[in-house]
Amino acid sequence: MTPSTSAPHTSTSHPTDGSHPTDGTHPTDGTHPTDGTSQPTDAPPAYEAGFTESASGRVYTVTGGDWEEILGAGEQDAERIVVNMGPQHPSTHGVLRLVLEIEGETVTETRLVIGYLHTGIEKSCEYRTWTQAVTFLTRADYLSPLYNEAAYCLSVEKLLGITDDIPERATVIRVLVMELQRIASHLVWLATGGMELGATTAMIFGFREREKVLDLLELITGLRMNHAFIRPGGLAQDLPDGTERAIREFLADMPGRIREYHRLLTGQPIWKARMVDVNVLDAAGCIALGVTGPVLRAAGLPWDLRKTMPYCGYETYEFDVPTALEADSFARYLVRLEEMGESLKIIEQCLDRLRPGPVMVADKKIAWPAQLSIGADGMGNSLAYIRSIMGTSMEALIHHFKLVTEGFRVPPGQVYTQIESPRGELGYHVVSDGGTRPFRVHVRDPSFVNLQAVPALTEGGQVADVIVGVASVDPVLGGVDR
Amino acid sequence: MTPPDGTPSGGTPSNGRGAGGGAFDENGAAANGAGELVGGGGNGVRPGRRHDAFGAGGTGDTSGFGRLVAPAPVLAASERPFGDPDADAVYDALERVFPQLGDAVERAVVDRGELTLHVRREGLPALAQTLRDDPGLRFELLSSLSGVDYPDDVTGRRLHSVVHLTSMTYRRRLRLEVSVADADPTVPSLTSVWPTADWHEREAYDLFGIVYTGHPGLTRIMMPDDWIGHPQRKDYPLGGIPVDYKGATVPPPDERRSYS
Repeated sequence: MTPSTSAPHTSTSHPTDGSHPTDGTHPTDGTHPTDGTSQPTDAPPAYEAGFTESASGRVYTVTGGDWEEILGAGEQDAERIVVNMGPQHPSTHGVLRLVLEIEGETVTETRLVIGYLHTGIEKSCEYRTWTQAVTFLTRADYLSPLYNEAAYCLSVEKLLGITDDIPERATVIRVLVMELQRIASHLVWLATGGMELGATTAMIFGFREREKVLDLLELITGLRMNHAFIRPGGLAQDLPDGTERAIREFLADMPGRIREYHRLLTGQPIWKARMVDVNVLDAAGCIALGVTGPVLRAAGLPWDLRKTMPYCGYETYEFDVPTALEADSFARYLVRLEEMGESLKIIEQCLDRLRPGPVMVADKKIAWPAQLSIGADGMGNSLAYIRSIMGTSMEALIHHFKLVTEGFRVPPGQVYTQIESPRGELGYHVVSDGGTRPFRVHVRDPSFVNLQAVPALTEGGQVADVIVGVASVDPVLGGVDR
Repeated sequence: MTPPDGTPSGGTPSNGRGAGGGAFDENGAAANGAGELVGGGGNGVRPGRRHDAFGAGGTGDTSGFGRLVAPAPVLAASERPFGDPDADAVYDALERVFPQLGDAVERAVVDRGELTLHVRREGLPALAQTLRDDPGLRFELLSSLSGVDYPDDVTGRRLHSVVHLTSMTYRRRLRLEVSVADADPTVPSLTSVWPTADWHEREAYDLFGIVYTGHPGLTRIMMPDDWIGHPQRKDYPLGGIPVDYKGATVPPPDERRSYS
């Protein structure tokens, strides 16, 4: 069944010669016998699960195997142990599965298994309008949703050719919310990473301050997470009253908090013993494995897309790119703490730059027509706007209807946009066929790529350091699996 | 599926769910009306292909628009010089150090300031090695690798493997695109040049069925090991069930009216 030209490894996986459905039927229909006991006639892999038909649908029976059957009995080293970690282990940041081969306390081989959170976001986007796709993509990397939205919207705007028409105020607010989110994301890293090492105070501190950031984001976007706030052409809404004061209070409070983390952790012997000289990966290794973000900067390379390939006007902001030379977990911790301080600087500059103005592109054929307001039942179209389109202008009503149901058309072509998310390079490869829906959206998620480095970080080390290694990469499985 | 008199039949599953679903269901009926032109099985709608200008199928449309089927457009090759400094610099450097460039690259497209090299798969490994190692190019980082399915590719090679490279030294980006036919979906693996291609290629294999020769372990990564089919191909159904809401039936997303 497998083409002879394929890689040797595919002989154990599925046929590629047209077994995919072309007639719209469910992929598994008609390829299995219904009794589930005998092997299907078209020679499927031996590990395929058997099943029986019942009144409530098909019931699969999955039985485990023995390691001895797989590895061959007797020929293995008695010291060799295979440990399965996850996918439900609390220190794996979600549903990540690690298969470790250990000898004593030393890890000889690490293999990662992902896909437990694959929800088909990229495919779903192809069945929604360009604007609706934001609502899906914001859920990919759920600790930095605004970065997903921003990268996708920058791609769509580039396809539309309206990059230069985005109002200044919209761009400044985008930078503002992105930098707020970078702080929140790093705080979650501090909290979960700290908890995994047993530093519960770090966990309490991290989540405490992250809650303040989430309060700010809720004030600005209406939601704590999954905001769908950045839209193609601008923003869903302008900043509400009192935002600047609330953010300035946060700016005044936060530097002291960061000093507190340093006092608690940076010199602490246990924290250092777990992290210093652990999980080292140098810059060459990072680049070969595609690792970007704080992990790469902790290896000494000041590669930050905000500086090296600026977008959203980052070249006009004053800030530094923190780096370290040690390339170990402790260096990554220091880089992240310093990045929070740099983000505070950028947020302050954003506040100083805010001038009144529109937050959506002026082109009425692209700009989302609705005017939102907070009503008794939550956020929705403002009554004044409904009254105006329903009562006074048939054309406005048609326009609203067309743009909301059908959406705008995007000229054919493809773009790749990369921005610096808290975890590294977040890239969006967006293809348009000229229609009202994305033809293809691919998310180059930094967590997905950075996770590939975990075997390099952990093999040859102690089992306990595997936890540190995974934590120091800061993967978010929602982004890994999408 | 089309009755002799040419009127759209209500024979698709989505139309059989009662009156409540009617408002959302015209897509299925439209496809039946255009059945002979579009070809293919199922309800006649070919994903990845634009079926009519207004989405007005099933409405007794006599304008002819309902029968227009437009293939996905292809961007034409760009003329040298491209007029984009980065794109010209990359191409000039390639011409200097890579004599087989004319054989390896089918065409170069500069669109929206991004250079795309459409590469023949035979020439990919040598080109990739040159792009990474040449001091005038230095594309050290493979940023992204993704599959795209163009069911109506004019060359018949529907599966595209798209690579995005970043030169950290020169701060440039470059896109390589290799297209292969469904019958022979093999592309040389880039893992020996950029080890980071490992998981990217596994993902493209899993979701599109592109087979990367020379990959050390090309297995599924997102879907379960015993999954059949490649879910992100355009002819793979999205799935989903109709939802009853306040007396109306909302069909699953891929059966709703489409405007493109």
